[in-house]
Amino acid sequence: MPVLTCRGLRKEFGDHVVLDGLDLTVEEHQVVALIGASGSGKSTLLRCVNLLEELDDGIIELDGEEISDPRVDPDLVRRRIGMVFQSYNLFPHLTVLENVTLAPRKVHRRVRAEAEAQARELLDRVGLGAKAGAYPDRLSGGQQQRVAIVRALANSPRLMLLDEVTSALDPELVGEVLAMIRDLKADGMTMVLATHEMGFAREVADQVCFLDGGTVVEAGPPAQVLGEPTQPRTRQFLHRIIEAGRL
Amino acid sequence: MSLAQHTPSPAQQRRAAYRRRQTIRSVLVAASSTAALGTLLVLAVTGAPGWDRVRESFLDPGIARDALPAVLSGLWLNIRLLVCCAAGALLLGLLIALLRTLRGPVFFPVRALAAGYTYTFRGLPLIIVLYVLTLGVPGLRLQGMPSVLVLGGLALVLTYGGYLAEVFRAGIESIHPSQLAAARSLGLTYRQTMRHVVLPQAVRRVAPPLLNDVVALQKDVGLVSLAGPIDAVRAAQISTAETFNYTPYILAGVLFVLMAIPLIAVTDWVTLRSARRQSGG
Ligand SMILES: Nc1ncnc2c1ncn2[C@@H]1O[C@H](COP(=O)(O)OP(=O)(O)OP(=O)(O)O)[C@@H](O)[C@H]1O
Ligand SMILES: [Mg+2]
Repeated sequence: MPVLTCRGLRKEFGDHVVLDGLDLTVEEHQVVALIGASGSGKSTLLRCVNLLEELDDGIIELDGEEISDPRVDPDLVRRRIGMVFQSYNLFPHLTVLENVTLAPRKVHRRVRAEAEAQARELLDRVGLGAKAGAYPDRLSGGQQQRVAIVRALANSPRLMLLDEVTSALDPELVGEVLAMIRDLKADGMTMVLATHEMGFAREVADQVCFLDGGTVVEAGPPAQVLGEPTQPRTRQFLHRIIEAGRL
Repeated sequence: MSLAQHTPSPAQQRRAAYRRRQTIRSVLVAASSTAALGTLLVLAVTGAPGWDRVRESFLDPGIARDALPAVLSGLWLNIRLLVCCAAGALLLGLLIALLRTLRGPVFFPVRALAAGYTYTFRGLPLIIVLYVLTLGVPGLRLQGMPSVLVLGGLALVLTYGGYLAEVFRAGIESIHPSQLAAARSLGLTYRQTMRHVVLPQAVRRVAPPLLNDVVALQKDVGLVSLAGPIDAVRAAQISTAETFNYTPYILAGVLFVLMAIPLIAVTDWVTLRSARRQSGG
């Protein structure tokens, strides 16, 4: 059974249709990369899956359970999905350790000592153990984003949604975040990531989906979608990216 | 560490010496200009033709000494009222602000009531609220009617609660939606998000204006004396009427300023700190 199934998703903002009958399936341990021009709806799709946006049509299933049913408690769904944002969105009034333990303590009702032990272990693994007591504004962008990933992981999610997690970073800081995602893949984490890093999509993704006009225009293994795209729109998009020097 | 071994270069030593000289110069300039201005002021006031009359009727030490006990006991009432009313108004304001952020049709009446409250009590002059509560309400002769002092305090809490609610609301709305999205994406409920993510940041951000309103409240608590209780200003007025000398007013004024200094200092310190934090330093 797939971890995530989206069928016929539709999302409008006013009279602007952003998602228009979009289908997507993500199998367990699979990494799916969403690519597409700015404004093609990658973030909107991820936010819909995390129930941060209300759908205008379509069905989303997580582990076979329909989570787009309005009777489902969104808070219970979000505990099972980790989300990381382009702008980190760490809580500035909390230390790194408090950021990471907030959900385990308040949502999963774990005792403080236990939550902190788990958080320290996760932070140590990504080389941020020494920063546990620091406030987010004392960290570099790359460090902040890695803390944000750890914060999402502390919920032991079934599925991780990563929205252009390296776009706000200086080039020399991108590597440390990508290395972390690589490790996550090695651990078997199921992930959907929106990205402009074509090279990284090619390396880490099992499947690449090209979004345009509110649907997935082309999907397949990275070598095929990025190397020999069959759809004219995909080719056009990749061509522009190559011209911009990003492939 | 190389930090300890570092010897400043000649250029750095020259810079440091220059800065030291500049500091000394600034202190000297500030001191002499203050002294000059102070002398001028004293000369202008004491040299005025009516100075002796003014000194007799506003600055009589004997009368000040006689009035001190009464004014101080009035001031004690101000302080107690301030503490209770500030706490009450802050709680009420926070509650109203939170009610106004609730979404969903179920909460429509609550939202409407909360909005109506802030509109009414920010528009209504405090004196009118005071009169209605302390003179009108006791007229109902209900059982267990609280004292005039409690009713006066209630009038203050209701009026200031309206202002503080708007300050809190501005703070809550200034928190970027991405913070809410991040909290909700972790599975925190709306209440948990408010409690652990939004409110702590919002309160920190609006602490300066909140404290500013508390300083204003400090001056307004004395208005309960309109209904009978004797605060510092009213006590001063009473002794003025006895002696036909205005010194007790000056005394009460000085005491008010002394009482306000710690609060204002805290406000300034909090403002400075939050300004620093926001500039990322
Ligand atoms: N809350 C909103 N209200 C109105 N329009 C919105 C809202 N959120 C997104 N949109 C619009 O939806 C479209 C898709 O936005 P989205 O952020 O999903 O694109 P994206 O593919 O993530 O782009 P980018 O690569 O720049 O991040 C855009 O045209 C955007 O202006
Ligand atoms: Mg986006």
